[in-house]
Amino acid sequence: MAEPHPHPNHLWRNPEPKRAYDVVIVGAGGHGLATAYYLAKNHGITNVAVLERGWLAGGNVARNTTVIRSNYLWDESAAIYEHSLKLWEGLSEELDYDILFSQRGVLNLVHSLGDVREGRRRVYANRLSGIDAEWLTAEEVKAFCPIVNTSPDVRYPVMGGTLQRRGGIAKHDYVAWAFARRADEMGVDLIQNCEVTGFELEGNRVVGVQTDRGPTAAGRVAICAAGHSTVLASMAGFDLPIQSHPLQALVSELLEPVLNCVVMSNAVHVYVSQAHKGELVMGAGIDPYISYAQRGSPHVIEYQLAAAIELFPIFSRAHVVRTWAGIVDVSPDASPILGLTPIANLFINCGWGTGGFKATPGAGWVYAHTIAHGQPHALNARFALERFTTGALIDEHGAAAVAH
Amino acid sequence: MLIPCPWCGDREDIEFKYGGAAQIAYPANPDSADDAAWARYVFFRPNPKGKMAERWVHSAGCRRWFNLVRDTVTHEITPTPAAEERR
Repeated sequence: MAEPHPHPNHLWRNPEPKRAYDVVIVGAGGHGLATAYYLAKNHGITNVAVLERGWLAGGNVARNTTVIRSNYLWDESAAIYEHSLKLWEGLSEELDYDILFSQRGVLNLVHSLGDVREGRRRVYANRLSGIDAEWLTAEEVKAFCPIVNTSPDVRYPVMGGTLQRRGGIAKHDYVAWAFARRADEMGVDLIQNCEVTGFELEGNRVVGVQTDRGPTAAGRVAICAAGHSTVLASMAGFDLPIQSHPLQALVSELLEPVLNCVVMSNAVHVYVSQAHKGELVMGAGIDPYISYAQRGSPHVIEYQLAAAIELFPIFSRAHVVRTWAGIVDVSPDASPILGLTPIANLFINCGWGTGGFKATPGAGWVYAHTIAHGQPHALNARFALERFTTGALIDEHGAAAVAH
Repeated sequence: MLIPCPWCGDREDIEFKYGGAAQIAYPANPDSADDAAWARYVFFRPNPKGKMAERWVHSAGCRRWFNLVRDTVTHEITPTPAAEERR
């Protein structure tokens, strides 16, 4: 296991907002910071501000369960998530920061004949997309992850699983800080405690943003605000098919290494890994109601733990140390919306819902391209807002892994 | 979160299923509604940060539907309108 990177006192400046920027990114989460980094690195655009109403990387990038994989069903999804996974594979070196990326394998368990068929179909689809994927029998699941209970005596016995060996986890905070540090070094202003309160429009074109620290002119504006996407879109005068829900997660106390991979199960609904530090990290399904409160209902956690303990009886003596929630931006087809908006020079990246962390480098990479060129990259062209009118949806509810 | 069922009174939210935003009208002239109008009806829903009118069903209780207004930031449920009007 790699040693954590030694930390300097400051990884980025704390500048005052300037009066004008070429590009203003709204939201300094993982995606916003990655977008700023790739704007500077790939496109030479460094007169950029990332505005953050709270503190840098304090939203969903600090609250997710850090699972990284690319085993999505449809070609469009496979392409963008695999592009992201390939970026992950070189990211520590590229950013010169050990983000503790660990390709320990992601195991998706199945518990019914329908699940078996869907899982095998996805393995074949993944292979056709050039993504590593394997089908495991229940015995092979037991061999790969010995602490999974594969006994037939449980309510929903494990009937097999899919495995993506290149999947894994990374240290979420380090990812955000690594992108932030590099973006800052290239001249990007990362401005915290600066809330966007409106957009300056000239006709159908955005020319700047209003903030609680004054107005800032902008050649282009890129929304990257996850659960607050519809709040910002409505300020600019357009609607998004996004619903904001709490998504809860929890950690146990620090334990000796006991779980060697990421295990996910759609049917009994658990996803769990063991962080480098030693805590078990588990995620729940979304709370059903609309909320911006960053907290959910306790019974969702209770269901989650019941499923975890049935699959992993060894966890029954572990303690829940902390639970929390993030506000996820759920789209109708469980796929992101990444591209242009009805307002000229205003761009949108949202709808990643429960699975945005794994896409952090890939989304930033294609979003930066979209902003720099004023039109989408081939990888995100199909993820346009228009698909809800044309009907060309990209239904990834099966691969999204979190129930919603 | 305690949810006030108009028939059963305050019950924990585990007893309820969520119905999303209230007062979503079916297109008035479905034959003449274009793709954009259908997209709005099928996929676009209110997602306010603040007070929201929504539908709930007391699925593990009286199994009846009702409306209420809940704040999506505080989860506070506005006591008005009166229970009779929420049915």
